[in-house]
Amino acid sequence: MNAIGSQAVTPVPGAGGLRARWGASWGSLVLAAAILGFLLTLLAVPVGMVFVTAFLDGTGGFTLGHFVTFFGTGLMRESFFNSLLVAGWSVVFASLIAVPLAYLTVRFQFRGALLIQTLGVLPLIMPPFVGAVAMQLIFGRSGSVNLLLDEHFGFTLPIMEGLGGVVFVESLHYFPFILMNLTVSLRAIDGAMEEAAINLGCRGWRLFWRIVFPLAAPGFLAGAALVFVKVFDDLGTPLVLGQTNLLAPQAYLRITQVGLEDPLGYVISVVMIAFSVLAMWLSVRVMKGKDYSTLQKGGAGIARRRLSRGEAVLAYAGIVLTLLVVLSPHLGLLLLSFARVWSFSVVPDAWTLEHYATVFRDSPFMIGNTLLYCGLAALIDVIIGVSIAYLVLRTRLPARQWLDSLASSAIAVPGIVLAIGYLRTFQHVSIGGFELAATWILIMLAYSVRRLPYALRACMAALQQINQSLEEAAEMLGASGWRTVRRIVIPLMAGGILAGFVSSFITAAVELSATILLTTRESQAPMSYGIYLYMQSVAGRGPGAALGVLLVGVVAVGTYLSHRVVERANRTLEQAK
Amino acid sequence: MKAVAVECRDIGLAYGSNQVLKGIDMAIEPGEFFALLGPSGSGKSTLLRLIAGFNQHNRGQLLVDGRDITGVPPHARNIGMVFQSYALWPHMTVADNVAFGLVERRRPRDEVRRRTQEALALVGLADYAQRRPNQLSGGQQQRVALARTIVIEPQVLLLDEPLSNLDKKLREQMRVELKRLQRSLGITTIFVTHDQEEAMTTADRMAVLEAGVLQQVGTPRELFDAPVNRFVAEFVGSTNLLEGRLDAARGRFVVEGLGELPAPEGAGSALSVRPHAITVTARDAGRDPARAWFEAEVENAEFLGEFTRYELAAGARRLTADVPHTAHAPLHARGAQVALGVDPRELRLLP
Repeated sequence: MNAIGSQAVTPVPGAGGLRARWGASWGSLVLAAAILGFLLTLLAVPVGMVFVTAFLDGTGGFTLGHFVTFFGTGLMRESFFNSLLVAGWSVVFASLIAVPLAYLTVRFQFRGALLIQTLGVLPLIMPPFVGAVAMQLIFGRSGSVNLLLDEHFGFTLPIMEGLGGVVFVESLHYFPFILMNLTVSLRAIDGAMEEAAINLGCRGWRLFWRIVFPLAAPGFLAGAALVFVKVFDDLGTPLVLGQTNLLAPQAYLRITQVGLEDPLGYVISVVMIAFSVLAMWLSVRVMKGKDYSTLQKGGAGIARRRLSRGEAVLAYAGIVLTLLVVLSPHLGLLLLSFARVWSFSVVPDAWTLEHYATVFRDSPFMIGNTLLYCGLAALIDVIIGVSIAYLVLRTRLPARQWLDSLASSAIAVPGIVLAIGYLRTFQHVSIGGFELAATWILIMLAYSVRRLPYALRACMAALQQINQSLEEAAEMLGASGWRTVRRIVIPLMAGGILAGFVSSFITAAVELSATILLTTRESQAPMSYGIYLYMQSVAGRGPGAALGVLLVGVVAVGTYLSHRVVERANRTLEQAK
Repeated sequence: MKAVAVECRDIGLAYGSNQVLKGIDMAIEPGEFFALLGPSGSGKSTLLRLIAGFNQHNRGQLLVDGRDITGVPPHARNIGMVFQSYALWPHMTVADNVAFGLVERRRPRDEVRRRTQEALALVGLADYAQRRPNQLSGGQQQRVALARTIVIEPQVLLLDEPLSNLDKKLREQMRVELKRLQRSLGITTIFVTHDQEEAMTTADRMAVLEAGVLQQVGTPRELFDAPVNRFVAEFVGSTNLLEGRLDAARGRFVVEGLGELPAPEGAGSALSVRPHAITVTARDAGRDPARAWFEAEVENAEFLGEFTRYELAAGARRLTADVPHTAHAPLHARGAQVALGVDPRELRLLP
């Protein structure tokens, strides 16, 4: 025993010099350098270029003049406040939908809870700009709802008018972020927390506002910050709804109409990044040191009640109404894709399969493009994700956390800003006679950088779940470092890796804000951009919707698969423990 | 503040066919410090939560101060409970936690502040009012939980395993403090524990529960010296149970494979001998004629400092003996041939 014990603290022979000092093998050093190179070239430098350009005057000196111009221009000021307004109100409305749904699922024992959990994620599988078109047909000035209202009650609701329409579409699309986060933290509340309050005379609304909600606040804030950032950065929805007096559309218009040299486009980009970072920083900052998940091992969560008959009817009515509205874009899109004519009527007047034929005749390459770009991007993401996870969790490489932080920071960079950065950085770079900026490579790389944080989190989680003793056992039996990784680590991580691949893939498939700037020829267009192009004309709405249905189908299947894979992987790992 | 009585009359609680409490009958006197003792799953916590109102009994009556409170919702009961996990709200300061019940009772702001301060001073945490619960040690959190409950001057104080989350030293200290606090407040207090030492050192009287049935109620001494059945005898303290036959005519109790012992009063089919009622000596040493002696072999000896615990094989029986240790007392090693002497006054017959 003694001999083995003392051997364990002796340094491994041969690990001298630089390697030992850095606590890593040459292989991991090279790997770290390669990833750093990738992230610097495709994330740090392009975003840095945007910042630099925003602060440079014509002669190359530092200036704040462009910012003065920005805040001195009425249109820019208006766009700025509109963006804040739209993002803020979207958070409010998304909360109004999500908070009751989350509370119902956690507090009460009834089948509706399952319905909420299942249908509650459906909005996320459809890009908001696709839903926006369908929602105009249902909630617009001459959409189904207003036609019915006008006919029966003699009034109409301006739901889709102006910025309100954007808020409506965005809150319906993004409320699941709040729903999911809030449900998790509500579930983590120790039942005794609530009972202690009841014991001291508290109940009903006061119990909810003084105890239950504050304890779940971290989850709520995390979800709310995410909604704010997503809405603030969204380009597709306002463009489709014709609301251009917002920051993201203004940046797009500046670059496409005024040109790549116009400094205001860069100033807008800087403002957008600043607010993304600010919102996330605030949510982290407010919740610092407030891990309220008080549920202890073996403890019971907050008490579940059965609904009385009257309450159940009320709850179901509320849920069904909410879900009807939430699923209306899906329904509208489906109807539109089969509609020969649909205008000024509640439902289409005649049906056809022609739009699908059109899509398969004219633009099958778009489907191919989406599969190619997103597949490659997701592949790059999981390779980098696994590598960073391994470097961070299994080596003592100095500053390895920085790789994680750098890769994760991509989440705070709006798609349009990254695209502007790419155009600026790579505008004169050519490889083998091809201008890089004119090829699809940039689109694919933009996808991989933007979706890297998702894949990275999945890989980190997967590796964290693997007990290190499993690897030590393999090494003890004579497997070298690399063979251990190949034979033990990667097979055990397979579920997480696949989940990361799928989540990168499906979120890249619905990406529009970077795509729209980086697509230079129609032949390069992926499905998301194709839908956008089709939707520009009334005649194209049918085929656009058909393409949209196909895209939603791809995403839905992918989401379902990843869900299954993650569940199965978790079960396997449970057994391994 | 007037101390009140708590009375359970034939209380039964069942979830479907699973009977958790079966006909609990007990009366707790005003101002009493009362312990509910039992192993896990015995129903003791269920009974406590039932008094707080978090469980509803299907049968029987629950009387507080002579009034049946069955059906009164928990928030309207004015019965204070301290939870095992303390359940301090992490989003509030210590002061806000303590003030909570008073705020819910819509007391004027000045009164809330004054009584909160008093309650915190009472548990010795006046300087910690503005801290957050997670900045306090386990013992301090326990005190805050206590202050939060007594500040509303509840009719009855319930403590769910109050000391189980503290380490040994702190536990003994808190035990004394709890008892002192309870005496000075004079409030009827019921506490649940699985630790017999905790129950015996703290409680005026205690009840032993097993499988939802109340086994015995009495003072700690009564339960230890005069257990009514084998479960109580083994759960309150430890004991040697010797199965056998009572020969009432000769005043002897016959244990198969061991021999005869003088029978105490009463009837029963088992004899309880506490380990400390057995002495162990060398075979050739002088024997106290007042004791009943048997030849035995030491199977195992554990030296615990204050005493030595011997596992002894006597005939076909195995007995445990706790022999007080002094610096000059002999230690009998494993395999030693010894004599064990039983004090007949310490024997008790059990059904």
